[in-house]
Amino acid sequence: MERPTWAPQGIDLSVPSVSRMYDYYLGGSHNFEVDRVTARKAMEAFPGLPKIMQANRAFMRRAVRYAVAQGITQFLDIGSGIPTFGNVHEVAQQASPEARVLYVDNDPVAVAHSRAVLKDVPNAGITAADFREPEAILSSPEAGRLLDLERPVVLLLVALLHFLDDEQKPHQRLATLRDALAPGSLLVLTHASVDNGPVTVEQGSRLSEIYRAGGSDLVMRSEPEVARFFEGFELIDPGLVPIGRWRPEDHIEDEDPMAFSGIAGVGRKA
Amino acid sequence: MTDETPTPHLPPDGLRRFATIWCRAVYPATATSMTKREFESLLLALSERLAIALRAQPFDPSPGVSVGEALVTAHCTAPEALPRVLGVIDAYLLLYCADLTVLGQDEGRSRCARLQHAIAAGFARALQERTRSEQESLSVAALTAQTEIANALHESETRFRAVFRDAALGIGIADINGDIIDTNESFARMMGGIGLPTRRRNVLDWTHPDDSPEVWRLQRELMRGEREHYQVEKPYSRSDGTVLWTNLTVSLLRDAEGEPRYMLAMMEDVSERRLLNLRLRYQATHDALTDLPNRSMFFERLEQALAAGSPQSRVGLCYLDLDGFKAVNDSLGHAVGDQLLIAVAERLQSCASEPGQMLARIGGDEFVALVIDPPTADSVAELARRALAALATPVTVGDRELMVRASIGVVEGPTRNLTSAEVLRSADITMYRAKAEGGNRYALADPDSDARAISRHHLTHHLPAALKGCEFFIEYQPLVRMEDGSLEGAEALVRWSHPRHGVLGPDRFIPLAEHTGLIVPLGRWVLQEAVRQACKWQVRGIGGPRPLRVNVNLSPRQLHHPELVEDTVAVLEEAGLPPSALCLEVTETAMIRADENELRPLRELAELGVGIALDDFGTGYSNLANLRRLPANTLKLDRSFTQGLQRDPADPVDLKIVEGIVSLAHALRLSVTVEGVETSTQAEQLRDLGCDSAQGWFYARPGPPERLPEAV
Repeated sequence: MERPTWAPQGIDLSVPSVSRMYDYYLGGSHNFEVDRVTARKAMEAFPGLPKIMQANRAFMRRAVRYAVAQGITQFLDIGSGIPTFGNVHEVAQQASPEARVLYVDNDPVAVAHSRAVLKDVPNAGITAADFREPEAILSSPEAGRLLDLERPVVLLLVALLHFLDDEQKPHQRLATLRDALAPGSLLVLTHASVDNGPVTVEQGSRLSEIYRAGGSDLVMRSEPEVARFFEGFELIDPGLVPIGRWRPEDHIEDEDPMAFSGIAGVGRKA
Repeated sequence: MTDETPTPHLPPDGLRRFATIWCRAVYPATATSMTKREFESLLLALSERLAIALRAQPFDPSPGVSVGEALVTAHCTAPEALPRVLGVIDAYLLLYCADLTVLGQDEGRSRCARLQHAIAAGFARALQERTRSEQESLSVAALTAQTEIANALHESETRFRAVFRDAALGIGIADINGDIIDTNESFARMMGGIGLPTRRRNVLDWTHPDDSPEVWRLQRELMRGEREHYQVEKPYSRSDGTVLWTNLTVSLLRDAEGEPRYMLAMMEDVSERRLLNLRLRYQATHDALTDLPNRSMFFERLEQALAAGSPQSRVGLCYLDLDGFKAVNDSLGHAVGDQLLIAVAERLQSCASEPGQMLARIGGDEFVALVIDPPTADSVAELARRALAALATPVTVGDRELMVRASIGVVEGPTRNLTSAEVLRSADITMYRAKAEGGNRYALADPDSDARAISRHHLTHHLPAALKGCEFFIEYQPLVRMEDGSLEGAEALVRWSHPRHGVLGPDRFIPLAEHTGLIVPLGRWVLQEAVRQACKWQVRGIGGPRPLRVNVNLSPRQLHHPELVEDTVAVLEEAGLPPSALCLEVTETAMIRADENELRPLRELAELGVGIALDDFGTGYSNLANLRRLPANTLKLDRSFTQGLQRDPADPVDLKIVEGIVSLAHALRLSVTVEGVETSTQAEQLRDLGCDSAQGWFYARPGPPERLPEAV
């Protein structure tokens, strides 16, 4: 039986959280020992993991700047996690003072932390909701306050969808969100993958196992599978590429090779 | 910064080159979200701070602290970052950022070393601070989240408590062994008091004799975890002995591991609804007057017995109808009639109270005793005999003693290949046979009389369609003037050309039509046809100068029809036939029964010129003196009188009678027509006796209208 939405979500600090592990990869201390134990195991199996996280973060910065340059200043960041540094609202509001950002996460600790961080930030907010319930996101009071769905919105699903296997119907949930967005909206997406990059299939499977042992699914998807998420969107140049190759700002020869694993892309809703 | 002095001996662009080298070494070890270029410009600023500190007089290493802090802020916090930071400073800071000609080699090295110590100290302190503050903020966040969840849980719990406490549904929770843990007030109220008797703390003890067989199977499946929930209608005995009927839903509650832990029962008190349903069902299936099962319940039971696959192999039926009950109702009133029916129901009930027997009242004074699987064929007839015996003693209603007579049709047979309608029809027909045989008796169904009666049944049923479908036609039998043997007119005789049974004479269907009232439209049709035909004859000049007359029969029911005069006049006018060309024949029996009111229409028609004939005269025991007051102008002597005249020599008594009637008729100015003339002797004698006209096979048989001219 599915849990009714009005029933309070439990909180169990004895299980690792993917958002706190992400913080740990990025050198932060917003994490508990249980998170670090699993994160260390993951880094053992997959030594370049922090670099991938950094590449994700760098891609997000580039994509946000790209969106602002296109004149889009509303951001919906689902699976925002623990806001450590270089967050969407920092990047966006630096690029355009009128930028508005709604963060969404289903981890109560991440939500509480975000709320504290954003307490004094105008035009940014967090709502506790789940990607699997897109209607709840769209109908939340924060969405009503921060987003004008009549105008284009940037939907950020950075390092999120690989935590949902197909049984969780990620395509269907994404379609619901897409249908609610105005034409011209952008989908900014990254996804774990063993295609094209320096990561082997074995490494990918090992990593998935470690995450599963920690209570989270981690699904590597191929490039065509990731492309399916862009149904209803037109991929903008350069299409689906390794994360570091999406509109790089530096000489990419200097980049760590791990920055070229995973898949990133930005699409525009027709 | 203090004591800033120009640095003329520095390599050109030294700061920038140092920053580039520094960035190349440190950037890969950072977790910064800055681009390399952004990071390099940060390092350029920090290099400048170090260069100034290096040559400041007096030397102060504290700017190194701020550089260490700035690097932590820029997320150069990975353990391998610090050696890279310090390694580049150690190797290149003096080279690119200091003028050793001013500072001196030793002093330069010393200052560089002390700056590195300060950077390390600043780095360590900042990292420590940041770690502490991040841990703090995360702990606060975790605590906040937990508090929020605790509050939400509390609210949720409060809501659930309220639902549990105030629900109109009875709610009970038991552990997986069935021991009750908690119940709400509604539950206790339904069970008939506050709290539960201690000896009934386990749901497994709550059995009731009326439990449906599957309840406890479902319960066991639920307790074994093989079923998530079930819903049943279940009775409970209250402590005061009354029964609580509930609509019960039981759900299994599992723990996080999926193991069955609790059972949640929700019950709705449906006792009243159930009573109401039972009452409604009772009302729908019972007769309000006698409280016996009614027609629909009788049919339900009968159909059950006849249904394919039913375990019953034979059924018996006694179909009982009171004789003359209508007279009781009409003469003594419905209240007495009802009392009589109640008394009859009670007496009959006592005859049919064994298992497998059911007595039902299926109509006004019709009762049926149904016997399922009668032990012998005769046992059903035996039941009929008992019923008649039970009704033999008079029934006392008020101060009256009423005799009760009844006719019973008895049917007994195998259940297969029979429908309830067939069984009942057979019983009905048989009952009518008993009635026709004098009543107050029973008759046993037999296929032959069934078949005859069924065809009567069938004809009655098909009369209306036949009338609509033009299955009737008229034949005409000539009426001959005895004086000269000329054609006087014809009697219209209706026939039914039945698609299955062929041509049927009026004796087969007129009584049925009279009984059902269809005689009125049928009679009107005959009148129209006959009048129209008479017109045709007139137009064609058949019958010579005197217009032919057409005789049409009028049944008793037509006689009473309020529009008889109006209809007849309209038909005549429409066809343009003079009234004198029509003669309506009314049987003597019908005419002498009629009172003055009922005769008035005939009188009116007679005054208009329509002939009225007293048909079948001699069969109605009429008071001859009465003839005077009747509006008839013709007597039609019944054929029974003429039969005696067929012999040669004729029966002298018959001769005398006919002679007497003719003379009486003539005295009353009535003409006399004889029927059934079959021989010339007969014809001659009747003519000699003074009869005015005649009809019969001797002259012509009834035939189609076109044969009339040649008939005589």
